[in-house]
Amino acid sequence: MAGTDIIIHDEKDNVGVVVIEKITPKQDCDCWIMENDKSVKIQSMDEIPLGHKIAMTDLNEGDTILKYGHDIGKVVKSIKKGEHVHVHNVKTKKW
Amino acid sequence: MEIPKTFLGYKREDGRTGTRNHVIILPVDDISNACAEAVANNIKGTIALPHSYGRLQFGADLELHFRTMIGTGKNPNVAAVIVIGIEPKWTKRIVDAIATTGKPVEGFSIEGVGDIDTIARVSKKAQEFSIWASEKQREERPISDLWISVKCGESDTTSGLASNPTVGNLMDKLEPMGVHLCFGETSELTGAETVCEKRGKTPEAQEKFRKTWSSYNDFILKEATDDLSESQPTAGNIAGGLTTIEEKAFGNFQKIGGCKFIDVLEPAEEPTKGPGLYFMDTSSAAAECVTLQAAGGFNLHLFPTGQGNIIGNPIEPVVKLTANPLTARTMSEHIDVDVSKILSREMNLDEAGDELIKATIRVANGRLTCAEALGHREFVMTKLYRSA
Repeated sequence: MAGTDIIIHDEKDNVGVVVIEKITPKQDCDCWIMENDKSVKIQSMDEIPLGHKIAMTDLNEGDTILKYGHDIGKVVKSIKKGEHVHVHNVKTKKW
Repeated sequence: MEIPKTFLGYKREDGRTGTRNHVIILPVDDISNACAEAVANNIKGTIALPHSYGRLQFGADLELHFRTMIGTGKNPNVAAVIVIGIEPKWTKRIVDAIATTGKPVEGFSIEGVGDIDTIARVSKKAQEFSIWASEKQREERPISDLWISVKCGESDTTSGLASNPTVGNLMDKLEPMGVHLCFGETSELTGAETVCEKRGKTPEAQEKFRKTWSSYNDFILKEATDDLSESQPTAGNIAGGLTTIEEKAFGNFQKIGGCKFIDVLEPAEEPTKGPGLYFMDTSSAAAECVTLQAAGGFNLHLFPTGQGNIIGNPIEPVVKLTANPLTARTMSEHIDVDVSKILSREMNLDEAGDELIKATIRVANGRLTCAEALGHREFVMTKLYRSA
């Protein structure tokens, strides 16, 4: 059980949430998918603090970010797998 | 865990139950605050609820003002009420409505008397109420007499991962026991509005939700001068890792677990369709939202936070929980329930929900919340538009 670095809400999600104080570049991270209780691994590219998101796949401009299995915004600057996903590369579709 | 069937509360004249036994000094308007605060200083065991409004309001905005004042006085956590206004007419309207509960209530107006004599007259009545209320005893009351409101604040991604789902787990367990439940925050459901709408128990409830959300959203879009950066999500939300309003909304929405709402309430409206979950149309600003929910008659509040919102309320005890281990460590004096072990997977949601139920019952029985012990009494009226 211990040793989970990243939690992913839903199997469809393309981002995960860092649940340790921070992850560092090139860190091999253990991810837990809540929905189906599966585990996956990912290598980080950036330093990402607690609560912030990591890209689980490569994402292009215009792609939709999925979290909780739902649309939470659009990619405005392409993102590589393992990179930090936040306000610098993702924007709301609402306003 | 077997959920307790009862808690210890104050039985009121109208059959409802309080988790607290307040005697409140309620100013009708901004200029009566000074009198109300002077009386509360004079007479121990009373609290004044100063606020900024109550003059020259009209239409729906004035009705909301009255509903909030009256609902605050009627709340079962309140044993007795003093109402002070500048003029007798609006004062009397509030007194008469609170009196329908059967609890002691008395109104005073300042015009033609002045502050000093008013303070003397009110203090005598307030002393009588305070001593009377001090003899009220807690008695065993059914768990279904709990009316629980929820609202989250300074959320981050840990809210959506763990603290909000913990509240959802509590709702799933308490709803079948006949508890009244209430969530709000209309604007913070933006992005999850169609998913939320489907949680209406009836087509009427769904339709009412759709109209309520659309009207709020139209207002926001009309008034917005930018993309609402730093308002929704807030700077605190962004620091905590929340990127968009949609992400915040889906996190927020976890608070209702698998429950369906039976009706949509106006701000500060009392539910009338029996036990179960209600949605109330409220602002997403914490103090405004909790003030409206307390005016709707809710007697205990659950408040999940990520980055550490410190709010309290003078009527409802506010139980705060967090799943953010940094917040639990650095702001421990504000956190009643720490569920951060969910993130390290040393605790599951079912266990966290049970812990929250235990804490809720202890607070309902009289245990002070962190916010109460720290003196947080944020009482903030919602204003719909400019006064005349």
